[in-house]
Amino acid sequence: MTITIINALLAVAGGVLGAIALFWLLNKLAELLPSKAQETVKPFVYLLPAFAAIGLYLIYPFVQTLVYSFANRDSTAWVGLDNYTELLTSPSFRSTLLNTFLWIIVVPVFAIIFGLLVATLADRLRPGSEKTAKTFIFLPLAISAVGSVAIWRLIYEAKPAASDQTGLLNAIWTSFGGDPVAWLQTTDLRLNSFMLMVILIWTQAGFAMVLLSAAIKGVPVDTMEAARIDGAGENKIFFRIVLPQIRATMITVFITVLIGVLKTFDIVYVATNGNFDTNIIAVSFYQELFVNRNAGTAAAIVIMLMIVILPVMLYQIRQFRAEEATR
Amino acid sequence: MSQATTAVPVPGQATEADTKATGTRRGKGLRGRKAPSAEDAGAPAPLWVKIAVALICLAWFIPVFGLFITSLRPRDAAQSSGWWTLFTSPSTLTQLTAENYAQIIEQTNLPTAFINSLAISIPATIIPVLIAAFAAYAFTFMRFPFRNALLVLVVALLVVPNQVALAPILNIYGSLGLNGTFAAAWLAHIGFAMSLAIYLIRNYMSTLPLEIIESAKIDGASHFQTFWKLIIPMSVPALAAFAIFQFLWVWNDLLVALVFVGPGTNQPLTVALVSLLGQEGQGTQLLTAGAFFTMVLPIVVFLLLQRYFVRGLTAGSVKG
Repeated sequence: MTITIINALLAVAGGVLGAIALFWLLNKLAELLPSKAQETVKPFVYLLPAFAAIGLYLIYPFVQTLVYSFANRDSTAWVGLDNYTELLTSPSFRSTLLNTFLWIIVVPVFAIIFGLLVATLADRLRPGSEKTAKTFIFLPLAISAVGSVAIWRLIYEAKPAASDQTGLLNAIWTSFGGDPVAWLQTTDLRLNSFMLMVILIWTQAGFAMVLLSAAIKGVPVDTMEAARIDGAGENKIFFRIVLPQIRATMITVFITVLIGVLKTFDIVYVATNGNFDTNIIAVSFYQELFVNRNAGTAAAIVIMLMIVILPVMLYQIRQFRAEEATR
Repeated sequence: MSQATTAVPVPGQATEADTKATGTRRGKGLRGRKAPSAEDAGAPAPLWVKIAVALICLAWFIPVFGLFITSLRPRDAAQSSGWWTLFTSPSTLTQLTAENYAQIIEQTNLPTAFINSLAISIPATIIPVLIAAFAAYAFTFMRFPFRNALLVLVVALLVVPNQVALAPILNIYGSLGLNGTFAAAWLAHIGFAMSLAIYLIRNYMSTLPLEIIESAKIDGASHFQTFWKLIIPMSVPALAAFAIFQFLWVWNDLLVALVFVGPGTNQPLTVALVSLLGQEGQGTQLLTAGAFFTMVLPIVVFLLLQRYFVRGLTAGSVKG
């Protein structure tokens, strides 16, 4: 144990000091140049480590993955579009795509609904109570997906009808006279997938709440006052005055959560490993790469994921450009 | 992830647009807001609002509370009845025990994994903040060719999923013998976090007054000095917000840890917890205590630094 701690301390110190030394050294090197050249070179010196990381960990792998996706399972021969056609004609992958589609719609929508609900209601409480209430909703964001699955297992657990239920949901369900349900194994109407989505909604609602709450507090009081004087009720004010003014934030939250959902791997991997028809694209990628050892199919899955994300990326760039123009 | 599972937030863009469009209240700040509205100021919220908020909070908290109670119950009790029976028959309160935690400490590798998680998370938090701060400084305060093109590239890469990198990087690591080391995880986290870090920190730095750096230049300060002595201290809110986010992200990450570090001597808590999840019999009871053990540090960090974290997430709308 002591050795582990000493090793860890050395590793932490080495890593951090190494990074600082790198910049110091790069800067010293740049200062050896004549001062005219320094002005030209220095920006690139400061950018170098960042773009080396981006190039090595995102751009190079992307090109490599694109190449792999047209090759066979151990990347030794070209197979053209075979990986793609095989995936798209396979019923199990189609089911995976359908699940992924449900995830990227359902999770952001419900995260926004709950986030908006809490943000709006808590806004009417005293500041102290508002803060406490928000902490409760925000807290799950600090919990890992693995931990969340351990937590929700205690909710979804099912025991035979004869014995006492230890899962909260089944305890409630059976007290109303139902038979215990194995929630994570029930594929009817993809119930189990929805049960897994609940876990992610539980962690993401707090994120949505924080951004939406800031936006709601940014809505000018005069617009609400004016509506109130005109005799509008609280509901009408919310839907006609507040909601239109926070639309842009809702889109940001939707996109941010959607990107997170597309990448989500841990919840499904840990809870069901994609069994019982719950597979999603990130887990099936992992299975292809590490279980089936098929680099070609795995790469094709990632490229399809990228194609789904592409419109979001273009939207982000457009937003960024528009914002820069007003800066 | 997820990031956070869960998600990698790309905050700010639209929220900022909101505030700009409706900026009349900006000067008053968030707190000044409650005063002008007669209803908000004096009258307490209606009872139904209080009840509704309380119910939602309860629903959000019960899962965590259930795990905590279960982790304190002996194995037989936890197997035969739900944790809530503790409150319906208070006589069982005496059963509560820290035995599961003692076993976690003594019999499992979770304590070692805890150290490993720290060894992975701390450098994987500090190093990208440093690297991104330098890049953000260059983007904000220096003029050079392709500046806008590179910035757009950073924004575009915000949405690229990590999965893209796994197979190619695994091959590189394999030939370098890096697989299974802490450095393998640090470098991956640095690479994956870089575009978000640059984006957030640059957004913040671009709100700093340009005159300050101009006068530093006149006083003969080099860029290196200006960066360390002026810009870094002034950018602390953004650096802190990103650091908290990154720390939680790395601590809770499973995918990168599973692929590049894997089960073994260097495994972090998430990987160790997954192997506990797979166990039957004796292991099932240790799981609840083990899960809680892995959550304590991020929850404490989160509760203590929540203010900075929220400020970072809403960087667009409450900038500065």
